Amino acid sequence: MNLVHILFWFLSALTLFSALMVILSKNPVHSVLWLILVFFAISGHYVLLNAQFLAIVNLIVYAGAIMVLFLFVIMLLNLNKETEPKKNVWMKLAGTIAGGCFLISVTNVIYNAQTSSAELVNKTTLMGKGSIGLIENLGKTLFTDYVIPFEISSVLFLSAMVGAVIIGKKK
Amino acid sequence: MNQIQYTNRAKAVDRRPLNFIERLYLWNIFIGMFITIKHFFKKKPTVQYPEQVREVGTAYRGLHILNRDEEGRERCTACGLCAVACPAEAISMEAAERLDDEEHLYREEKYAAKYEINMLRCIFCGLCEDACPKDAIYLSHTFTPTNYHRKGLIYKKEDMLIPNPKTQPEEYAKAKGLIDDKKKK
Amino acid sequence: MNIYLLAIDWWFIIEKLVLIALIVTLCLIIAMYETYGERKVAAFIQDRIGPNRAGPFGILQPLADGGKLFFKEEIIPLTSSKYLFVLGPTLAMITALLTSAVIPWGTSLEIGGRNVALQVADINIGVLYIFAVVSIGVYGIMIGAWSSNNKFSLLSGLRAASQMISYELAMGLALIAILMMSGSLQMSVIVNKQMSGALGGFGGWNIWYQPLGFLVFFTCALAECNRTPFDLPEAESELNFGYHQEYSSMKLGFYLFAEYINMFMSCILMATLFLGGYDIPFVNETTLAAHIGQNWVALLSFLSLLAKAFFLVFVFMWIRWTVPRFRFDQLMHLGWKKLIPLALANMVITAALILWMNS
Repeated sequence: MNLVHILFWFLSALTLFSALMVILSKNPVHSVLWLILVFFAISGHYVLLNAQFLAIVNLIVYAGAIMVLFLFVIMLLNLNKETEPKKNVWMKLAGTIAGGCFLISVTNVIYNAQTSSAELVNKTTLMGKGSIGLIENLGKTLFTDYVIPFEISSVLFLSAMVGAVIIGKKK
Repeated sequence: MNQIQYTNRAKAVDRRPLNFIERLYLWNIFIGMFITIKHFFKKKPTVQYPEQVREVGTAYRGLHILNRDEEGRERCTACGLCAVACPAEAISMEAAERLDDEEHLYREEKYAAKYEINMLRCIFCGLCEDACPKDAIYLSHTFTPTNYHRKGLIYKKEDMLIPNPKTQPEEYAKAKGLIDDKKKK
Repeated sequence: MNIYLLAIDWWFIIEKLVLIALIVTLCLIIAMYETYGERKVAAFIQDRIGPNRAGPFGILQPLADGGKLFFKEEIIPLTSSKYLFVLGPTLAMITALLTSAVIPWGTSLEIGGRNVALQVADINIGVLYIFAVVSIGVYGIMIGAWSSNNKFSLLSGLRAASQMISYELAMGLALIAILMMSGSLQMSVIVNKQMSGALGGFGGWNIWYQPLGFLVFFTCALAECNRTPFDLPEAESELNFGYHQEYSSMKLGFYLFAEYINMFMSCILMATLFLGGYDIPFVNETTLAAHIGQNWVALLSFLSLLAKAFFLVFVFMWIRWTVPRFRFDQLMHLGWKKLIPLALANMVITAALILWMNS
């Protein structure tokens, strides 16, 4: 057990616990706050993987901006038990099936990784050795190897922005 | 738009559309900040009150003072003219007849056994001072009476009497000086 | 592997812990005296004298204020959610203090042969870290506002959130120009780059190259700190007291304190990014170190940084007592339609100039 191990287990436990609390807490505002904690824990994992840029961007974008908007909307909606709409049984069933499928595929990936891929066997983290997450390397990779997907995603964002402006203008 | 001008200080409101520099807003903020920084270095007019008391004019009307004559006898004869003159009805008194052995205390044959001014009602107009035929009540330069109870702000005769020239000549002279200043006016 | 914990450089840990303790104390003391400074500046601008009863010139006023706050009754409204109600001011305070971790406070000290850097963590994404902390800072306000279960508080929290998100964008864009010039996100590199400029570092300050960027950044910093003219979240005339309406005692004190720490930290940040950081103008630090010793230079450079920051704090206060508050639509208009295009233009021009100079 060294420091990285301890941190890893602590962060993993924190992530799982907060993720569970997101689903289990009755109050939607509390759910959002737990979700923010999940993001923090995941950022911690990124730091352990020596991907500081990803860690910080995760905090800025998800915890700092998107979750604020989430919180914003939920606070304004004032959701509580009394106003909760009745949910269709079919909807619940579809949700369970979709979630179950996702769970199976994720477990499968982990299981396969443990058995088939020699690279990943018994490796919990990269323990601060990887360098792909550093800002220089990430930038170079993004703008050389993955330049087309990068540009396509930026076009996607642009179109989303234009769409938002048009929706906003209608009223 | 020929409005009557009562003073020559009136300024017409400039309703022209803002020009480019004004629309930038920044320049006007700089002008404003220049004005405030000028005030920053100005001499402050503050008077540090309890340590430093502002000079007031001789006609200043503060708390009342009941006058005595040179021998230390109260001048008030409880005629009630001040109470009649008082627009706030703050003054009340009870008269009593002077006994033979009280001649050194009261100047007139009738005196005020009780003399009260409700300082919560008093508007410090000074009409009592004007109404008094006996030179007995004056408004001094003392101000800001405070108290924890309303009762304490109903001033009794003892609270207002000028110091006795016989027993406290210095204090009397000081209070007398204020009254004399007033009389000159 | 088992001796890993023992193999830690304990001196390093102690050094950092002492540094953290010192910096946090410094921030708290400065925040205390900022409240005093604010009142004095306000008074002087309004031709008054300001607090002058507690101690000579009233310099004990912050202690009196703090004592008063401590002895006030602690009220937690029955209808609030208790944990979040306490979490709000805590978060506000923590996020305000977190920024100080990546600021380089001065040139390195030399103690017993060790080179002690006056910076808690010189991470290679320092600027982004500050952004992350700033963007999280809004949670303290939002959580406190929502958990108070009060309409005014909620409205004020929403205002704070939307205002901070909007102005973060322009702030980030203004910063990108700086990052392009120094070629790094590391705070120490940004400062060193400026220190190598002409006139003992004075000519290398980023403000000479990025006046527009500084202006945009400064405006956004005002908005991020909820300072007048952008103090919409606590607009007294509309929202009574804003998001800390239901708070009392030291929890209210935490909110107010956090605000002043934020102001100090953003001034330190601006001094670091635009005014040469701990650079002593017109003096070459290395030659000076040869003359009077490294530790004295460290102290002087630290004082230089503080002086710059205090000047900016003064400007913050000066603006507060000069400019009236914006309306909310004006605020959004300024943020989205004026500052972001300006910052974008600044960024493009800087990029073009850098390319042109390098080719």
